Amino acid sequence: MLPRHPLVLVGGALVFIQCALAIFAPLIAPYDPIGQNIINRMEAPSLSFLLGADQFGRDNFSRILYGYRASLAVSLVSVTIALIVGGSLGVISAYYRGWTDRVVMRCMDVLFAFPLILLAIAIISLLGPRQWTTAIAIGIVYTPIFARLLRGPALVLAESEFVVSARAIGAGDLRILLRHILPNLASVILVQASLSLSTAILVEASLSFLGIGTQPPTPSLGLMLAESRSYALISPWTSIFAGVAILTSSLGFNLLGDGLRDTLDPRLKGTE
Amino acid sequence: MSPMLRVLAQRLLDLMVVLWGLSALVFLMIRFIPGDAVQIMLGANVEITPDRLEALYKKIGLDKSLLEQYMSWIGGVLVGDFGTSLWTGAPVGEEILARLGVTVELLALSLGTAVAIAIPAGCLMAYVRRSASDYIVRVVTIIGVTMPSFWLGIILILAAYKFFPGFASIGYVPFRDDPLGNLSRMILPTVSLALPILASLSRIMRSAMLDALGQDYVRTARAKGVSETMVIFRHALRNALIPFVTAVGITAGYLFGGAIVVEQVFALPGLGRLVIGAIAERNYPLIQATILLVTSGFVVINFLVDMLYVAIDPRVREA
Repeated sequence: MLPRHPLVLVGGALVFIQCALAIFAPLIAPYDPIGQNIINRMEAPSLSFLLGADQFGRDNFSRILYGYRASLAVSLVSVTIALIVGGSLGVISAYYRGWTDRVVMRCMDVLFAFPLILLAIAIISLLGPRQWTTAIAIGIVYTPIFARLLRGPALVLAESEFVVSARAIGAGDLRILLRHILPNLASVILVQASLSLSTAILVEASLSFLGIGTQPPTPSLGLMLAESRSYALISPWTSIFAGVAILTSSLGFNLLGDGLRDTLDPRLKGTE
Repeated sequence: MSPMLRVLAQRLLDLMVVLWGLSALVFLMIRFIPGDAVQIMLGANVEITPDRLEALYKKIGLDKSLLEQYMSWIGGVLVGDFGTSLWTGAPVGEEILARLGVTVELLALSLGTAVAIAIPAGCLMAYVRRSASDYIVRVVTIIGVTMPSFWLGIILILAAYKFFPGFASIGYVPFRDDPLGNLSRMILPTVSLALPILASLSRIMRSAMLDALGQDYVRTARAKGVSETMVIFRHALRNALIPFVTAVGITAGYLFGGAIVVEQVFALPGLGRLVIGAIAERNYPLIQATILLVTSGFVVINFLVDMLYVAIDPRVREA
């Protein structure tokens, strides 16, 4: 019944295609994404340049394929950081309650208070603008989201009968957390991870657009948009296609997450 | 102590803790400045000597203990002294104040537009609910949410150039000097910022309204013959607005992130451009003060929204 949901199908297909394009970029890309060829500058889309060429004569299609790589890599790493750090903090808070809970969740409140991009900017201003600091920054920014999200259901699970009986037969804390509580959080994690990936792609693109994310000449979708902006009135192709690529990339994960929420947790249906 | 006062005291305490944590975190930022950044502050034309480095450390206050530094910094902040810009030597507070108006105008116009459209749109979508149109609404709102506002801005500039060649779409003129010129230049940035949040706010309004329409009191009102308009506006809408207002408060913070990028696209001299410029020149006091002020601003706004509920909604008061 899982794959029947239309949003899961469409979102899943979009995600699958992009991942495939990103992984096999070196095989698919018809041109070198960095090599400049000034003769072809600002070419309109044609058979030889499917999506046109940019102001340095670089093939847009090849650059977008490699751009997917950068954007997916940064988003995956950042959401993984947030999930592991934030998720553990949330579950541990719920399991031990008391002071641990209070201190951890207040810290999360403080992190959560920052406007998302502003906190990322603050972290990048300290670590220096590079692709991997972007991933770390987005990871830290998303940490309180996972902590708050997993704490609620973990509180309920920690009180449930099977956890109490597991403890009664002598299971240790670590075993209970990993074998009994974690598997029951899988659906919540899956939905939030997918939705977070969707927004992480947008944040990475924004930061690269601002010049403090991925640095040139590494192809990045946000950077493509920023670089082509000054030439957009003469040749809009790079701007248009880079934007479409960001939109579809983020859209795929969002549709998937939204559809998964319906199928995995009927209680959440129709709510935000 | 009355329950209302107790809620107020509890929330106020929470607010203080968060604000204090915020100040501590933002303060620690300056301690994490990489060493080479301090050397860069000395400037390109000056030879770096241990003496000069030490003088600079002293100037920033890095030679004192952590607690002393924090106390002197927070003492200044509390009386409105945020330090001086490393490059211009001007008080950081004044630089921020000079840019604040542009960003506040952009945020107010965008949030106002989005809210003004989202409330009727959400109600309408809830009211004509059907399973087929439900999917369309969902997909359209999801596309809206994932629409990168900076890309939308670029496309809008291109479209304006093509269809209205005389239209000044970028740049900024103060409202005082030229009110019409100011507002016409704000149209495109407002649209590109408002559209993505309009999508998510309409959807939140729709589900809040659906929730409200399914409640017993709506059925009771209908059963006793209250007109449909009255049911929607007096009974359902007023209750649906509660989760909606919370969402608007949270959206405001998200919107600020969008504003940073949109200011860059439309060359608006607001806080976003200020902070991005400050990062490029490693102007840490300026970065620090902007982050502290903006974030505290949003924390206080959300606190006030919270308090508003306590005042108007008896259920929140007693919970």
